[in-house]
Amino acid sequence: MSIDVGRGTRHTEVHKMDRVVIRFAGDSGDGMQLTGDRFTSEAAAFGNDLATLPNFPAEIRAPQGTLPGVSSFQLHFADYDILTPGDRPDVLVVMNPAALKSNITDLPPGGTLIVNTDEFTKRNLTRVGYATNPLEDGSLASYQVHSVAMATLTRKALEPSGLSKKDAERAKNMFALGLLSWMYHRPTEGTERYLREKFAKLPAIAEANVLAFRTGWNYGETTESFAVTYEVAPAKLAAGTYRQITGNTALAYGIVAAGQCSKLPVFLGTYPITPASDILHELAKHKNFGVTTFQAEDEIAGIGAALGASFGGALGVTSTSGPGIALKSETIGLAVMTEMPLLVLDIQRGGPSTGLPTKTEQADLLQAMFGRNGEAPVAIVAPRSPADCFDMALEATRIALTYRTPVLLLSDGYIANGSEPWLVPEVENLPDLSVRFATEPNATDGSGAFWPYLRDPETLARPWALPGTPGLEHRIGGLEKAENTGSISYDPDNHDRMVRLRQAKVNGIAVADAEVDDPSGAARVLVLGWGSSFGPIGAACRRVRRLGMDIAHVHLRNLNPFPKNLGALLANYDKVVVPEMNMGQLALLLRAKYLVDAASYTKVAGLPFKAEELQDVFAAFVKGLDS
Amino acid sequence: MTTIDLGLPGLAGVPTFEGAQTAKDYKTDQEVRWCPGCGDYAVLAAVQSFLPELGLRRENIVFISGIGCSSRFPYYMNTYGMHSIHGRAPAIATGLATSRGDLSVWVVTGDGDALSIGGNHLIHALRRNVNLKILLFNNRIYGLTKGQYSPTSEEGKVTKSTPMGSLDHPFNPVSLALGAEASFVGRALDSDRKQLTEVLRAAAEHRGSALVEIYQNCPIFNDGAFDVLKDAGERTDRIIPLRHGEPIRFGAEGQHGVVRDPKTGALRVAEVAAVGEQALVVHDVTLDDPSYAFALSRLSGSELDHTPIGVFRSVSRPAYDDLARAQVAAAKDKPADLSSLLRGKDTWTVLD
Repeated sequence: MSIDVGRGTRHTEVHKMDRVVIRFAGDSGDGMQLTGDRFTSEAAAFGNDLATLPNFPAEIRAPQGTLPGVSSFQLHFADYDILTPGDRPDVLVVMNPAALKSNITDLPPGGTLIVNTDEFTKRNLTRVGYATNPLEDGSLASYQVHSVAMATLTRKALEPSGLSKKDAERAKNMFALGLLSWMYHRPTEGTERYLREKFAKLPAIAEANVLAFRTGWNYGETTESFAVTYEVAPAKLAAGTYRQITGNTALAYGIVAAGQCSKLPVFLGTYPITPASDILHELAKHKNFGVTTFQAEDEIAGIGAALGASFGGALGVTSTSGPGIALKSETIGLAVMTEMPLLVLDIQRGGPSTGLPTKTEQADLLQAMFGRNGEAPVAIVAPRSPADCFDMALEATRIALTYRTPVLLLSDGYIANGSEPWLVPEVENLPDLSVRFATEPNATDGSGAFWPYLRDPETLARPWALPGTPGLEHRIGGLEKAENTGSISYDPDNHDRMVRLRQAKVNGIAVADAEVDDPSGAARVLVLGWGSSFGPIGAACRRVRRLGMDIAHVHLRNLNPFPKNLGALLANYDKVVVPEMNMGQLALLLRAKYLVDAASYTKVAGLPFKAEELQDVFAAFVKGLDS
Repeated sequence: MTTIDLGLPGLAGVPTFEGAQTAKDYKTDQEVRWCPGCGDYAVLAAVQSFLPELGLRRENIVFISGIGCSSRFPYYMNTYGMHSIHGRAPAIATGLATSRGDLSVWVVTGDGDALSIGGNHLIHALRRNVNLKILLFNNRIYGLTKGQYSPTSEEGKVTKSTPMGSLDHPFNPVSLALGAEASFVGRALDSDRKQLTEVLRAAAEHRGSALVEIYQNCPIFNDGAFDVLKDAGERTDRIIPLRHGEPIRFGAEGQHGVVRDPKTGALRVAEVAAVGEQALVVHDVTLDDPSYAFALSRLSGSELDHTPIGVFRSVSRPAYDDLARAQVAAAKDKPADLSSLLRGKDTWTVLD
């Protein structure tokens, strides 16, 4: 079969749009994540700004065709800079009745619904509780419905390939991708190249997927059912070279870069856990950068090995999520006591306990802050978007190495798996993070001894003396240490001093001032957020301003210590609103530290905030002050 | 001179010290705070006098311990050291040993630390064959928490936490290590300096994980636990010295021996006069099949009636840390171009 793709001759009406939100939804075995990823890459290659929201069950293959087995991928792309993957889809592609049932309520009236009709059998409909076929009973009348027998069309197109019916139908996700690519004038070369690379060892499968993709494209082109296509022009982003990146990839690259910038070998000790495992997978590919990855027997051994490597002079890193961070608490405490650099990457997910492994949440902040026995302060940073994970990995490393302290980096499932365009940094502009190890005895009493707890007067950091350095042999550990000499000490005054010194060291970490986004400069309401809610909060603030109201937004990336200007900033506003995907953890810290009457707005649904919902909340606060 | 020239292939990569070292060089200024009469003193003295013989640079030796009486050990060794968390020393040591091939890394642990809270880390370190020398001080009691039964206490042990006697069946640490794929397993007595030193040296020479169980007396909470192995009248009939290449026989006159039971395939103790010298098992630490060493370990249980002492097993198997460093070294054949990594395959450029 010979098909020309991309040279359509049929006249369709072309609508120019500034932004579109598409959601692909199907069974978890239908390849929706791959389909969404590929459409994202096409949008990125075209130069749109974009943001994505993958949403999938924790089960690898939940029972087929059931509501719990539905997997979806939402993509927002635009010709201007956008902040979120969109609240509601403009176009919903559903591969089966379960996907329709669990997603249709998000599609606004008038929205486009593209349905794979092959799965709408009586049995499948009954399984998810449809008494009648929604494609026939008029219940979808408010949408523009396109019924397409995707599996049948794909199978027929692939008949010459000799693939089994089952294998042929598995390529129906590529049919859907081809159809959507046609509708939105997306470039297709990248996907074809990708499929041939992905299935390089299975050329028959590769060609079948390419053919299914082209068949979907041609279906749009040649059938009359689609009268309109859409164009979303490239976005006018800042000049430079861009790529699409997910938060976990950006974080892994940030760790590789941190190793290069510090000239230290990187040692990742970790244990697989959703949604943090991709950091291990990515770093395992980059051993040529001096990265060692160690898949330990458990979470505790993962962080233990990382701390052992730090003792030996490596950049020790561990990654985890959910209950994993609880298991690591004891070793974080040891790193606090031994005052060694250590990066703890916590990709937060829904909790408590096993909770919602594949859903997002920001509920580990107080655990990061206080979740250890004794007074055990650590530095905390939080990236605000997928691309920001790269920068915050470097920031966490700077703090860990400069102050000889564990640093907790709080990402979450939303930015870990979500993607956006990233202005690729020039390597020569990355910070110098190089370290000076101790080489000489340092005792101030003329003894010629080495004192492992003699502090740098500016940073309060203790020296980092590596095994193998003659004359600096010393012992560290979890018992309280005498100031300066580091010998075991049970002296009451010494303990009080050391507790205060460890706290002062963390309090004194230099961090950038918080920046205020308040275009009019007249705002009386300040919205303060942290972490992955940057996008929805920013988008909601824009909407509120378009309604003619003033509102300010500050987004914290350093959570311990807070930026030095934060207290003064909070005092500048009549009302401070703190939206969080938890029960108000940052708000609690702010109220305690700054005695500010911050209002907490919380939602813990496992999904990011919608800009629409935050818009209403923020507008109500602005109006409340005005009235 | 390298460690290879010194005949210490197990310590390959660790720099040597050209001058003379003495036990004093390995002592710290810290006051040793074990109870008077504690077996730990004897082990500390043995290690401090044995290490100088190895001829390594002292700064390239690291002792890592967990929590417990024995885990205070690093504070008394003038090397690098870390007194870490209960049970986690093998994990921490694994990270250190893997990232630093130039260090000789020792783990000091006890029966509670290694076999109870840290059991998982111990078996995985042994399975991976990380280049660690693990000294397991077994006193069959919890000392630091003042006298509760441990995972090696004999059944029915009456302690503060088990006034009617303990109910748990104990571990046999040698059997456990062999089951965990350990490539080197030995056993020694705290009171026998010469034999302890021999086993320590063999452990040091071994490439990979080496577990040495040291029977150690706790004079406060489990005094005399191993007296039957020390008593002049009893010890010769109880201790079975293991010597590679020699028939296994013991007793004051060498009248007892170890033979294979043809019915079960297990090993048992027999009278040489009754079975004949030819029937005695010849000790071989290099047997790849661990079932022989395991059978040896089953000759003694809690009751210490027949207790093999020495090296049970010493076989060659690639060490995890060597393999991990080799992978990184091999990967470095590929250029490490950060700029190209960050850009990836698909980029687009926005012009001014």
